[in-house]
Amino acid sequence: MRFSLQAHAAPTIWHKIGHVRWSLVALLCLLAAIGSVMLYSAADGALAPWAGRHALRFAVALGLMLVVALTDIRFWLRNAYALYLGVLLLLAVVEVSGTIGMGAQRWVDLGVINVQPSELMKLALVLALARYYHGLNPEQVRRPVMVLLPLVMVGVPTLLILKQPDLGTAVMLLAGGGAVIFAAGLSLWIVGLAMAAVMGALPVAWQFLHDYQRARLLTFLDPDRDPLGAGYHITQSKIALGSGGLFGKGYLHGTQSHLNFLPEKHTDFIFTMFAEEFGLVGTLTLLAVFAAVVGSCVAIALRARNQFSRLLAIGVTTTFFLYVFINLAMVMGLIPVVGVPLPLVSYGGTAMLGVMLGFGLVLSVHVHRDVQIGRHSWGD
Amino acid sequence: MTRDSERHRQFSRRTAVLAGGQALLFAALGGRLYYLQSVQAERYVTLAEDNRINLRMIAPPRGRILDRRGRLLASNLQDYRVLLVAEQTSDVELTLGSLNQIVPISETDLRRVLKETRQKRKFVPVTVAENLSWEDVAHVEVNAIDLPGISVEEGMSREYPQGESLVHVVGYVAPVAERDVKDDPLLDLPGFRIGKAGVERAYDKILRGTGGRSEVEVNAIGRVIRELDRKEGKPGADLTLALDLDLQHYATERLGDQVGAVVLMDVESGEILALVSTPGYDPGAFSRGLAPEEWRALIENPHSPLTNKAVSGQYAPGSTFKPAVALAALERGTIKPRDGVTCYGRLRMGGNTFHCWRRGGHGTVDLRHALALSCDVYFYEIARRTGIDPISEMANRLGLGVQLGIDLPAERRGLMPTRAWKASALKKPWSKGETVICGIGQGYVLSTPLQLAVMTARIANGVWAVEPRLARRPAVPPGKTPGEQFGFRPLNINPEHLQVVREGMMAVVNSRMGTAQGAAIKKPGMRMAGKTGTSQVRRITRAERSKRVKRNEELPWELRDHALFIAYAPIEAPRYAIAVIVEHGGGGSKVAAPIARDILIAAQEIERRHASPLATQLEGQEDDEVARWVARLRNDGAL
Repeated sequence: MRFSLQAHAAPTIWHKIGHVRWSLVALLCLLAAIGSVMLYSAADGALAPWAGRHALRFAVALGLMLVVALTDIRFWLRNAYALYLGVLLLLAVVEVSGTIGMGAQRWVDLGVINVQPSELMKLALVLALARYYHGLNPEQVRRPVMVLLPLVMVGVPTLLILKQPDLGTAVMLLAGGGAVIFAAGLSLWIVGLAMAAVMGALPVAWQFLHDYQRARLLTFLDPDRDPLGAGYHITQSKIALGSGGLFGKGYLHGTQSHLNFLPEKHTDFIFTMFAEEFGLVGTLTLLAVFAAVVGSCVAIALRARNQFSRLLAIGVTTTFFLYVFINLAMVMGLIPVVGVPLPLVSYGGTAMLGVMLGFGLVLSVHVHRDVQIGRHSWGD
Repeated sequence: MTRDSERHRQFSRRTAVLAGGQALLFAALGGRLYYLQSVQAERYVTLAEDNRINLRMIAPPRGRILDRRGRLLASNLQDYRVLLVAEQTSDVELTLGSLNQIVPISETDLRRVLKETRQKRKFVPVTVAENLSWEDVAHVEVNAIDLPGISVEEGMSREYPQGESLVHVVGYVAPVAERDVKDDPLLDLPGFRIGKAGVERAYDKILRGTGGRSEVEVNAIGRVIRELDRKEGKPGADLTLALDLDLQHYATERLGDQVGAVVLMDVESGEILALVSTPGYDPGAFSRGLAPEEWRALIENPHSPLTNKAVSGQYAPGSTFKPAVALAALERGTIKPRDGVTCYGRLRMGGNTFHCWRRGGHGTVDLRHALALSCDVYFYEIARRTGIDPISEMANRLGLGVQLGIDLPAERRGLMPTRAWKASALKKPWSKGETVICGIGQGYVLSTPLQLAVMTARIANGVWAVEPRLARRPAVPPGKTPGEQFGFRPLNINPEHLQVVREGMMAVVNSRMGTAQGAAIKKPGMRMAGKTGTSQVRRITRAERSKRVKRNEELPWELRDHALFIAYAPIEAPRYAIAVIVEHGGGGSKVAAPIARDILIAAQEIERRHASPLATQLEGQEDDEVARWVARLRNDGAL
C-alpha cells in the first residue's frame, strides 16, 4: 500500500488526484478513442459529422467525471435521496409534458451535451438504494418487510420509463437496482421468489408491449420471418460481423457497413462495423478492454471500507456491464433488438454523460476508499 | 466494527456471484464472436458477397395545388444537378475548371466540392451544382467528352408561380429538420422536402404521396451495376382549393403597400375565396435555403411578413364587435330593438367616464340607429345591462374567441374574456368598467380577421354556424342544404333578432347617417351591409382629451388606429362575407370599407360572369377571359 487516506486527516486536492485510479481513466479514454476512430469510418472517412463531436463530448464528460471523482464520498451519501427525488421529479415532468405538449423534448439541454432524466435515473437509483442499505444492519436487511421501500424506489421510475416507452432503459433500471439489493444481502429465498415472479409476469408484460416491440421479439425468435423488414437489422448485422473473419477487412474497408446494408452504423450497430473491419482479433481485444473496465470497478467495490461506497460501486458497475452486454448480445443476434448504445463507443451524448458520471462516482469511491462511515453518524 | 466486517464479508460473497455471472456472460459473448467470425466466417463471407442487392427509396412527385378554377398555385419543376465522381477523372481540379466555363460555380461551392472529394470515398458522387435549367444541362452534355467524371441527375423542385401573393395560403416546402417527426422513411431521403407552412403543411401527408422502392445490384465496392426491380410509389394527390386566384390577386393589389389582412368567404359553404395577409415573402427562398442576412431581414421587419395576419393576427375588433354585443343583449332580453338610449357623448360609471367617439353625442338612438351611427354610449349601456359572460358566450357562438379549425397551421384563438377567465389568468375579480369597454370591442377582447369574417358569415347565413375551409368542398346534392351536407351546427339565434342586426348593418352603408355611407355599392342586386371599426392602439390621456384628441395623421405610424370593416353581400340573398383590417390605417370607414366594397363587387361580377352561358362556352379560354375582364373593369374605374 502506498499512501493511505485517513478520514480525519483532511486530504489536499493533490492527494486526491494522486489517488484517482488512472489506469481506469486510461481504459475509458481508449474506449472513446476507438469510438472516434470508428465514427470517422462510419462517415466514409470524415471527422464530420460524428467523430469530431464524439471526441469533444468525451472531453467535456471527462472533465465532469473528474469533478465527481474528487467530490467527497459523504457528499453523495448525504444527498442521495435528494438527488433521487429530484431526478424522479424531472422524469415525471418530462413524462407529463411529453404527453400534453406536442414536440416536447425528453432531454435537458446542456449546450454540447443533452441529458435524459432516464439516464440520470440509472445513477440516482443506485445512490438511493446504496444509502438505504448503508443505514441497515444485517438482521434488518434479511427481514422481508425491509425490501418494500427499495421495491418502490425501483418500481416507480421503471414504470415511468416503460410508459415512454423505453424498454432497454427499464430493463437496465430493474437489473441495476436488483444487483444492489442482491449485493446488500437480501435473503436468498426472496431472491428466488423475485425471479419466479419475473418469469410469471412475462405473459402479462407481453400485453403491454407496443406493436413494434412485439414485432422485434417475434423477429428475434425467427429472423427470417420478414428479412427485409424488422428482421433485416439482425440478419445484416450478423452477415457484416461474420464476414469480418479472423483479421477483418481492414480499416475503412468494411463493405457491408459502407454499402449501407448495415443500419444505424454510427449508433447502436457500431460494434458490427468494428467487427467487420477488425475481425475476431479486434473484437476479442475490445471485449477484453470492456472486461478490464468491469474488473477494475469490481476491485474498487471490494476494496472500499464502507457499505455505501461498496454498493454504489457495484451498482454503477453492473449498470455499465448491462449496457455493454445488451448492446453486444443484440448485434450478435443473441437477444432482441432494443435501442441500447455501446457505451463510450456509439455516437450520442446522453448515454456518454450518464456513463462518465457513473465512473466519476466509482472513482470517488476509490479516492475515498479508506473513509469509514458509521451507519447513522457520518463523521462529517 | 464487527458489524461492518460482517456486512463486508456478505457483500464480497454476493459480489463474487455477480462478477462471476458477468464474467460468464462476457465469455458467452466471446464464444458467440468465435462462432460467427471463425467457425461460420466462410458462410458469412459468401453471404456478404451475395449481398449485392441494395434497397433505395424513390421520392414520389408531390401533388400540385390548384385554385377553384384549376389554375396552378404550386407545381413541380424538373430541375437538374451536376455530380462528380472523383475516381473517374484523373484531375479533379482540371475537370471542375472546365465545368466552370460552362456552368459558373461559386468560390464556396468549389471549395466544398474539393473538400468532399478528398474526404469521401472515390466512387461516391459529390453534388457540384443544383437547380440547373435544361439549357445549362444541355451545354454540359454537349461537352461531356471534356468533362470526365461529371454526370447529370434529374430532380424535382417546387415552384410557386403566384409568388408572394399566395404565400400565406399555400406556404412552402423546405428540407426536413432535425426536430420534425420522422414517421415516414421518405423523410430520411437526402434533399427531401416537406410542407412547412400554409396548406403545404396542413395537407402535407396527402400531397406527399408514398415512396417507391428500387432494388439495385451493386458490385463488391458499391458501384451500381443495374436496377433489378422497381416499385413505383404513389404520387401525391393534387389539392384543389376553394380560393379564386383572380379575387386573391385583386385583394392583394387592393391592399397594396398597406399592412393588413383580408378574408373573403362563402356564407353558405364556409369556403375561403380569398385570404390575404400583407406583406408576403418569397416562398421559394425557404426551399432554396436562406442566407442569414435574408432571414434576419425577414424576422426583424416591423411589418412581420412571416406572420399570416388573417389567422394569426389578434386585434381588438373595435366597433365591428358591436353586432355581437347587440345580439347578446337581444337574446338576453336586456334591450328591445326599439328601446331608446340617450347619448350625451359620454357615460359616467363608478368614477370613470367612458367617451363616445362623437364628442357632442348622438341623442336618443335605438338599436338600428346605434349600429348605423356606431354610437359607443348605446353599446356601453347595453353591455353594462347584459354582463360580460353572456356577451362572450354569444361571441363564441359567432366564432370569436374559439378555434375555428381552418385547414391552416398557426390559427390563433383570439380572446373573449369571462369572469372565470380573469379570475384564473389574472387572479383578479372582474370589474364592471371592463364590461363597458368590451362592449365596444376594446379592452381584453381580441379576434383574428378570419374570426370576424366567420362572424359576419354566420350573421348573414342566419341558420348555420358556418365553418371556414380552404380546400374546395364537394358539391351539395340537390334537396340538401350546405349546412346539413357539411355537418355545421345550427346557430340557434332568434331570426328576428338577427334581422334587426342585419338591418342595422344595412343602414351603416346604405343610409345617409351610416358611418360607411361613402362606400355603398350602387349596382342593383349587389348591395352590401357592413360595420365599420376603428381599433385604438394607444391610450388617450385625460390631458389630451381636455385639449383636443390628436388626429391619426398627426401620429407616428405605429400609434395610429387600426382600420376594420366587415360586410356581406348581396343584401337580398347573402353569398359573400368579408373582413378587412388595415394595420394603423386610421378610420374603418375611410380606409377599410372601400377595400371591402371593391372586393365584394369583384366577387359578384366574377360570379355573374361564370354563371352566364357565354362563360361556359369559353371554358377553355377561361383564364385569359377573366384576366381581360378584370383589366377592363379596372379601366372603367369600376374597381
